[in-house]
Amino acid sequence: MIDTIYDLLSLTFIQRALIVGILVSLSASLLGVSLVLKRYSMIGDGLSHVGFCTLSVAAVMNWTPLYFSIPVVVIAAFLLLRLSENGKIKGDAATALITTSSLAIGVIITSLGGGMTTDVNNYMFGSILIMSESDVKLSVILSVCVLTLFVVFYNRLLAVTFDESFAKATGIRANLYNMLLAILTALTIVLGMRMMGTLLISGLIVFPALTSMGVFKRFKAVIICSAIVSVVCFIVGLFSSYIFSTPAGASVVVANLITFIIFRIIGTICAKVKK
Amino acid sequence: MAVLSVKNLSVVYDGFEAIQDLSFTLEDGDYLCVVGENGSGKSTLMKTLLGLLKPSSGEIKYDNLSSAQIGYMPQQTAIQRDFPASVMEVVLTGCLKANGACPFFKRSTRELALKNLERVGALSLAKKCYGELSGGQQQRVLLARALCSTQKLLILDEPVANLDPKATNELYELISKLNREEKITVIMVSHDIRCAVLQASKVLHLDKTLLFFGKTEDYISSDEGQKFLGHEHCLCGGGN
Repeated sequence: MIDTIYDLLSLTFIQRALIVGILVSLSASLLGVSLVLKRYSMIGDGLSHVGFCTLSVAAVMNWTPLYFSIPVVVIAAFLLLRLSENGKIKGDAATALITTSSLAIGVIITSLGGGMTTDVNNYMFGSILIMSESDVKLSVILSVCVLTLFVVFYNRLLAVTFDESFAKATGIRANLYNMLLAILTALTIVLGMRMMGTLLISGLIVFPALTSMGVFKRFKAVIICSAIVSVVCFIVGLFSSYIFSTPAGASVVVANLITFIIFRIIGTICAKVKK
Repeated sequence: MAVLSVKNLSVVYDGFEAIQDLSFTLEDGDYLCVVGENGSGKSTLMKTLLGLLKPSSGEIKYDNLSSAQIGYMPQQTAIQRDFPASVMEVVLTGCLKANGACPFFKRSTRELALKNLERVGALSLAKKCYGELSGGQQQRVLLARALCSTQKLLILDEPVANLDPKATNELYELISKLNREEKITVIMVSHDIRCAVLQASKVLHLDKTLLFFGKTEDYISSDEGQKFLGHEHCLCGGGN
């Protein structure tokens, strides 16, 4: 067992996957708590599909994926938030429109540029072999930004999440923080989507938050627990994908699903014991 | 001394004029109840007083107070009812101004939060989970949060909506006490018209324009008051 882990850690692609994965899981789990509570869970899903579209375009045009994806997905995050806040089309419907349109455009561009290749399969379901060294550097820098901003604005984000109208009335620029949340989410998704897969990345956002809400009832406890759950599930998922030769992204999501069920059961038992 | 004076205020909201040419003055220590039917501009008036909407003409003047120093108690949203946060965490979200730019809460900020929980008689709830409290307890906590951001003026939006009769009376008593003993000026919008009017010292009856503004006793005997209070039972339980 220990030998297997040791072998694993000596592989460069596993090292890279671990570094990027842990940082992305950490960012996603922190942002996820606010997104889930604000009923913005589907924004993650919408953005990852936009991400798929940008990856297809970048592949056909031979551009570096991250440099193209980041600005486009950030703009999409901006649009999604605007639409869901004051548009005539309501939030969930707007997300569905953007999700399907970007998937459709992505698929058309891919088929025009040479058809469905292993690349497309990798984008959809993720691959840990893709990470280059420059990807790792960029991921580290951006994740550190996400984490720092989250810690610095933690109290304000809690205020805006709990009660937007009160926050606005006390002079907190709620729209600014919503925007910050959307941009940080966009960055996290772009960083994680090639490894996790565009169809699976939103699991990283939603699962840890819901898992820890099953047991914990205080905001700080929920945040800390989802960070831990997220990182542990990622590591377990990655190792088991190596051991059982299963796809990495899917294994991480299944690890999250199992933890979610366990936490819900613990939560129910605790509630019964209290009564 | 006037805490708040509103002069010839008009507000355009969603493309139509929700408030037309409204003027009134509130004195220090007043307890004002704003009444009116749905769509009469009550919510628009609140949002404008809080600085969330810009007046299209006219002006709002506060004495020694900025709109961010008003204690605001909005209506509860569905998100809040089972929100995973402790009571202390909720009350602290009202103290961000007092805390300044520091990313962590200072000791003095925590003391401010505890002091205000004590003022509403909810100190024992500080460590409880907000989502597990009763409706009346949740409203007390939100009142404590509002008190954290003000010394002088409270604006309450439907504070007794969805409360049972006992919790309603307790909350009214608490608000009256803050108004009487601590000289905090209160502006309250309520659908629970008959009770609310009896609590307040002044009434503002709004229907886009001003229908009545003055003392509660005068309102009850006025034509508007007679009509409105007489129809009380069909107005109760309406939406926003």
